[in-house]
Amino acid sequence: MFHLYAVLVAAFTGILIFAGGLVTSTESGLSVPDWPNTYGYFMFFFPLEKMVGGIRYEHTHRLIASTVGFLILVLAAWLWRAETRRWVRRLGYLALAAVITQGILGGITVLWYLPDPISIAHASLAQIVFCLTMTIALVTSPGWKRAYEAQEGTPLRRSGRQGPAPDDLMLQRVAAVTTGLIYLQIVVGATMRHTGAGLAIPDFPLMFGQLIPPHWDSKIAIHFAHRAGALIVSLAILATTGHVLYHHRSRSELRRPALLLLALLATQVTLGALTVLSKKEFIINSLHVVTGASVLVTSLVLTLRAHRARFAADGRGADASASADTRIGRLAGDHA
Amino acid sequence: MHPLLRLLACAALSMAVIGAACGGGASEESTASKTAAPVTNPVDPNTASAITGVVTLQGTPPPNPPINMGSDPYCMKLGAATTRVFVVSDDSGLENVFVYVKDGLGSLKFPVPSSPVVLDQKGCSYSPRVFGIQVGQSLDIVNSDETLHNVHALPMANREFNRGQSLQGMKFTTTFTAPEVMLPFKCDVHKWMNAWVGVLEHPFYAVSGKAGAFALAGLPPGTYTIEAWHEKLGAQTQQVTIGPKESKKISFIFKV
Repeated sequence: MFHLYAVLVAAFTGILIFAGGLVTSTESGLSVPDWPNTYGYFMFFFPLEKMVGGIRYEHTHRLIASTVGFLILVLAAWLWRAETRRWVRRLGYLALAAVITQGILGGITVLWYLPDPISIAHASLAQIVFCLTMTIALVTSPGWKRAYEAQEGTPLRRSGRQGPAPDDLMLQRVAAVTTGLIYLQIVVGATMRHTGAGLAIPDFPLMFGQLIPPHWDSKIAIHFAHRAGALIVSLAILATTGHVLYHHRSRSELRRPALLLLALLATQVTLGALTVLSKKEFIINSLHVVTGASVLVTSLVLTLRAHRARFAADGRGADASASADTRIGRLAGDHA
Repeated sequence: MHPLLRLLACAALSMAVIGAACGGGASEESTASKTAAPVTNPVDPNTASAITGVVTLQGTPPPNPPINMGSDPYCMKLGAATTRVFVVSDDSGLENVFVYVKDGLGSLKFPVPSSPVVLDQKGCSYSPRVFGIQVGQSLDIVNSDETLHNVHALPMANREFNRGQSLQGMKFTTTFTAPEVMLPFKCDVHKWMNAWVGVLEHPFYAVSGKAGAFALAGLPPGTYTIEAWHEKLGAQTQQVTIGPKESKKISFIFKV
């Protein structure tokens, strides 16, 4: 039950990131000039008929954000009451602190007219919140807990396909580095969005018709960094997924997120190109944001699963009776 | 003395000191305002001159694209509208060009008009689109629409503000503290709404009207740099020398 709830929270967080992407893509961040109120109304009493123009995006983003904040509050309280693993409880507290900070950053950036550092921090922290909620959903899944039993040699109640987690140091390292690189790439992307550098290089795949921009300024440099980052991240993802498919092809809990990661990477690169070619069409632009976040959490899931052996000690006593495939597995392409 | 009484005495003394300090500040401010000499118009009306002229557009004016107001049902029902970037008369006169004295007035100080300038949000657009104001002069921003707007000023030299006006008839008054040409306004709710104000320390500015005509009257004799600014076509300047009671005609030609 709790795991289902955690998945719901993670899903809402992903939706929130998409809604945030819509706000920046439509340049609606300041269409509601006050905070926490909306045009003087208590946020939840703002009349629907007044949700026009940019307000639709900004106010909807605030409503979803409030919902996510409340959901995470309940999540943290639930973990505090029911979770036996201390580090998982702490993840809940951390997610709560992060989402509160995120809300404050969102308010400050409106009241201070979207200063770049605050807006970039707001966008970057959103990814952390998503990672935290996804991690909580993952580590509370029956599949994750079952793996502990397998780790300790306890017979599995279901099929024998769920073996012990691999203690593959190379995979652990390359997956962790990949996840870190994806996060950095998202921060560079947020910097590009909030400094208005999204079309600083107007063509794709070339840059002003060349492989390297013939002239430079700060916006072109940021944009170029994002494109170069995309190349680096793509190579890192190919290295991670290649390693999984070569060495751990039989392990579905690794193979499936790896395949999903490849699919998301292809989608993300396509969306990035379309964002430039469509001159930042707002839906494409926002999908690029949320797909980037999906790439990050999928890589995170893969990384955590690669490190699962290290968590085994926390699995003692974990409930192994779950029979259904995990919902987080569905999100990350895994039935483990 | 009883400790409680001592405490009360200290508190009373502190309040008296703070009160005196505050009173002193107010008194200084009051004195300062009394001693400040009122600014009178330094221009001798017997020698005042004028610069008049016309702004024209050479070439075929680009079409003003239609505005999609679909994001707000109220604006939508007002009917089709286009942007007003290029408002050109039959004889090529270009409207909405801000013409002003950029240089040549030296250290002359001019009185600030007591009447406010009004920027109206009407028909889901700003009226006027281009206008001028003096530093310290009141700007009344009103909402005449049955929908809400936010008024977002994006200055470089003045203080940024973003105010919501959720009801018809709402008014917000502000002033600018520094000269700035041009200072843009936008509505983040309705992306197509834009306006520009030229903030100056003197009253010698005009916005070209029908047929592109403008007039800068009441100028002291001298040599001036006159600038004409258009939101898309940029700025042009020219030097003009006028003598006492002279009226000189100039023209600005923007090309597309």
